[in-house]
Amino acid sequence: MARMKFLCDSDRCIECNACVTACKNENEVPWGINRRRVITLNDGKPGERSISMACMHCTDAPCAAVCPVSCFYTTADAIVLHDKDLCIGCGYCFYACPFGAPQFPKVGNFGGRGKMDKCTYCAAGPEQDNSAAEYAQYGANRIAEGKLPLCAEMCSTKALLAGDGDIIASIYKERVQTRGYGAGAWGWRTAYRETVDA
Amino acid sequence: MLIKRSEGKAARQRLSSTYQGLSGGGLDRRAFLRQAGLGGAGLAALGGLGLGTVRPAAAGATDFGQPVQRIKNICTHCSVGCTVVAEVQNGVWVGQEPAWDSPINRGTHCAKGASVRELTHGDRRLKYPLKLVDGQWQRLSWDQAIEEIGEKLLEIRRKSGPDSVFWLGSAKFSNEGAYLMRKLAAFWGTNTIDHQARICHSTTVAGVANVFGYGAQTNSYNDIRNSRSIIIMGGNPAEAHPVAMQHVLSGKEMNRANMIVIDPRFTRTAAHATEYVRIRPGTDIPVIWGLLWHIFENGWEDKEFIRQRVYGMDDVRREVAKWHPAEVLRVTGVPEAQLKRVAQIFATQKPSTLIWCMGATQKTVGTANVRAFSILLMATGNLGAPGTGANIFRGHTNVQGATDLGLDVTTLPAYYGIDENAWRHWCRVWDVPYEWMVSRFASKALMETPGIPTTRWFDAVLLPKEQVQQPDLLKAMIAVGHGGNTVSRMPEAIKGMEKLELLVVADPHPTNMSSMSDRRNGTYLLPMSTQFECAGSRTASNRSLQWYEPVVKPIFESKTDYELLYRLAEKLGFAQEMFKTIEVRGKEPVAESILREINRGAISTGYSGQSPERLKLHMQHQADFDVVTLRGKAGTPVAGETYGLPWPCWGTPEMKHPGSHILYNTHLHVKEGGGTFRARFGVERNGQTLLAEGSYSKGSEITDGYPEFTVAVLKKLGWYDELTEREKEIIARIGGNDPDRVSWSTDLSFGIIRVAMEHGCVPYGNAKARGNAWNLPDPVPVHREPIYTPRTDLLAEYPAIDDRRGFRMPHLAKSVQLRSNTVARSFPIVLTSGRLVEYEGGGEETRSNKWLAELQQDMFVEINTADAAERGIREGQFVWVDGPENGAKVKVKALVTERVAKGVAFMPYHFGGWWQGEDRRRHYPPGTDPIVLGESANTVTTYGYDPVTAMQETKVTLCQIRAA
Repeated sequence: MARMKFLCDSDRCIECNACVTACKNENEVPWGINRRRVITLNDGKPGERSISMACMHCTDAPCAAVCPVSCFYTTADAIVLHDKDLCIGCGYCFYACPFGAPQFPKVGNFGGRGKMDKCTYCAAGPEQDNSAAEYAQYGANRIAEGKLPLCAEMCSTKALLAGDGDIIASIYKERVQTRGYGAGAWGWRTAYRETVDA
Repeated sequence: MLIKRSEGKAARQRLSSTYQGLSGGGLDRRAFLRQAGLGGAGLAALGGLGLGTVRPAAAGATDFGQPVQRIKNICTHCSVGCTVVAEVQNGVWVGQEPAWDSPINRGTHCAKGASVRELTHGDRRLKYPLKLVDGQWQRLSWDQAIEEIGEKLLEIRRKSGPDSVFWLGSAKFSNEGAYLMRKLAAFWGTNTIDHQARICHSTTVAGVANVFGYGAQTNSYNDIRNSRSIIIMGGNPAEAHPVAMQHVLSGKEMNRANMIVIDPRFTRTAAHATEYVRIRPGTDIPVIWGLLWHIFENGWEDKEFIRQRVYGMDDVRREVAKWHPAEVLRVTGVPEAQLKRVAQIFATQKPSTLIWCMGATQKTVGTANVRAFSILLMATGNLGAPGTGANIFRGHTNVQGATDLGLDVTTLPAYYGIDENAWRHWCRVWDVPYEWMVSRFASKALMETPGIPTTRWFDAVLLPKEQVQQPDLLKAMIAVGHGGNTVSRMPEAIKGMEKLELLVVADPHPTNMSSMSDRRNGTYLLPMSTQFECAGSRTASNRSLQWYEPVVKPIFESKTDYELLYRLAEKLGFAQEMFKTIEVRGKEPVAESILREINRGAISTGYSGQSPERLKLHMQHQADFDVVTLRGKAGTPVAGETYGLPWPCWGTPEMKHPGSHILYNTHLHVKEGGGTFRARFGVERNGQTLLAEGSYSKGSEITDGYPEFTVAVLKKLGWYDELTEREKEIIARIGGNDPDRVSWSTDLSFGIIRVAMEHGCVPYGNAKARGNAWNLPDPVPVHREPIYTPRTDLLAEYPAIDDRRGFRMPHLAKSVQLRSNTVARSFPIVLTSGRLVEYEGGGEETRSNKWLAELQQDMFVEINTADAAERGIREGQFVWVDGPENGAKVKVKALVTERVAKGVAFMPYHFGGWWQGEDRRRHYPPGTDPIVLGESANTVTTYGYDPVTAMQETKVTLCQIRAA
């Protein structure tokens, strides 16, 4: 079975934010929630690099490990999803996540934050595939339509890759061989306990 | 639900501190802006307001039980021309899918392209016509609006003449819309018809046309994949044309190409360069001459190319000789070793391309800049072949097409100019008597005089009447698809706006024209549909035309550009003449029919072969084109044709010319898209030939230079009798008493073009490119300091040009530049401007898009760390940026960064809605205010115009910055 991953080629990412608005567009994510965002290091200085970040859908996801209500589950494609009907908005996953993926829709009195929201790899949630109920809670389910996450599909420079981990790793390796440099697949060791060269 | 920042309130709440660690603690542009935004959200949360579940109640999710229609359109933002695939259900645009088949974007988008679906939902669109009555917006019907506007226009025409109306069109139009508006201005009787090209690439168009023959990108985005050396100078495609970077970075990776960025600012593009050269703003010509100095010194130039295809290179050498490395260092700040290295790479690791954008063009020396850039390409022989060329990235989606089709004060469609021959040609195409057309104008002289450009329309309102060479000052402005914050000297623009008797803003959004002045009456807002709501063709920067279909019907009460123009023509009383040759359904002219008329008349630019049928076929078969060569693959219905039939696409559609992927490419037969430099400046000058020597396009029967084709030339060559009887008859009718003078570009039979191509000859002739453009100011470009410069020590040696007149008005230069001596002390920082990836143009449309607005919530100024430290300015705080004219100032946030050098500041130009510290949100019609407002950079930009095109100077001026 395929193991879905994200890979951001920081030598290609130009911080155009297409991934961010594609995600908003596809999933109708409200203002204030950023399932995906672009982080720039050394902004304005030589060595400036950008990287597009969202839930990496980790192997042995730490969010799932700390969730007191066990709302997380991993699909057959190794996509980490969660059930908002179970989520109590405690925020443990936010502290556990190495990528800052979990988002909370509100700040209320007594620390209430609302149900957690995060990147679903465009695979929506536990409701029936591509039902109105699923869309309302989780957004689009492109995986069920046989498509990949829109953020990666629309990436302006094809820096952000999504798909079967082996395939995107081989695309990246080929790129690095062609051009002669590569900063590596950022976050892979943390998320998947391997690197592209492994 | 959408939460927006409330006006004028402090934005530091609990959530912002909770989330502060999110970006990893580093300071970057978006981190500080995003935190500001979260503060806003936190503020709302205190009132007990949640953000709700993921999906707002009214959002359009795909219903998988219903059929989904897929429609192709083109992104309406920049000029790359990305195909947008829209999924539509029940007339609602419910989803956007990657357009994998497009050879241009291959499925991808930038932030703007990936969010265009929002446009047709349009929470903040203008929904119905409005007029201002004693300062209040009142709704009215379309019929009444057209009636009132038309009556007022006719009254102004009676009182002041047709030249007192300023017609402002748009680079967002389709080709058909742009052409129709130019035609409308002609039938109204004025040349005062302009659009955004004036303020973005007018200097490129004029400059490059005067060097090579045509004012356009010579190669294409895709072709950059072939380059081994790439210089990007005065451009930031990573933000302005992100999808173009796909091709640039692929070229860089596949060929291990050199990617050199020359810019005053370390841009996001520079972050990916192999070499970054920082220059002092406004010194482009010395940098180019500095490069050429090394090239000539070391003999790296392409001598054979220069001998065969370049005129005036010796004059260039004389100027370049003055730019010894020490002088270049003194003027530009670039060290000798670096410039020599770049020169060697560019001249020897070929093919090389030079990419430029508005950093080169928006200057008082814009036209000279682009000619210098072109000369660098000529000297190194980097033209007319894959991987080479002047890859000029145009700005808006159809700014190339709108320029080609004559939304320009100096020409009719297809660069025919405005002399009598040009008018007679177009009158024949339009099937109206020339004498009738003359009667529409105040005089034949004004009919042949360039109109008022958009950079200076307010001068033509405010100047004393005797200084403006037309019967009366401007009294009315009809702005269709154009923001109000796009021109420099905004304090004066607002005074001009307040003095106008009539202001009509026809746009999908109210634009800040509705809010920036204190007008109380005589203002109309007409809701227009976007290009996603109509059909037509648009021309991408690489000259490819793409046909698109409406995704949805015009939303709310909006109307298409076509219908607006028809209704206006009808009210103004010339619809019958104007639409004699165009099919109109109801009140809406049919796009296909307009394109066919363009095909008949726009011969000189080769807009004649792109029939609607051929363009539609290309859109259907996008997948059959090669991504590098853009050629249709063998065995497909588009075999051998270039994607989008980039102009020139010679002759009639039936001649099946494949379009010209690369201009001036002698390696191909003219029938396969080959070409030569255009012969448009005569055949000889001072005893030297202007025609090519020993260079010709493949398969040409004339193996040397030749002039443009006319009947006389055909006769001389003995090819005249190859014209058919019918062609001869049409030519005789056009020529009247002197048919020998009928040229390829006025021959409506297309016979001359046909015969020339049969012999392998290019209809426009085969000449040399010009290093010396003797008809322009500074025939060989020379350095001139900006009008406002901190380097007053250089003013004596490198002064601005002398004061002159142009475009019916006085054009000051040297006299204003003298002010630098007094103001440079109090305004020591050079101010430059540019684009952000999320927004476009004046920004009203993109700042109204919730998905984009969230990413950039504050107007800011980039200030160097040293300058900030001297002034006690901290990251993120409000500062005042003061300009040296009109006491202008803007209140913006400080972004302290090394991105700009010490003594340089940068502001993005997409913001509007604030005025010198005042938030003018309440002046917008209710419900149409953009989500994000901010100060306009142009509030503090200053006087300064290019002498050839009246391009404004927005890239170099002076300012002072202080904590607010």
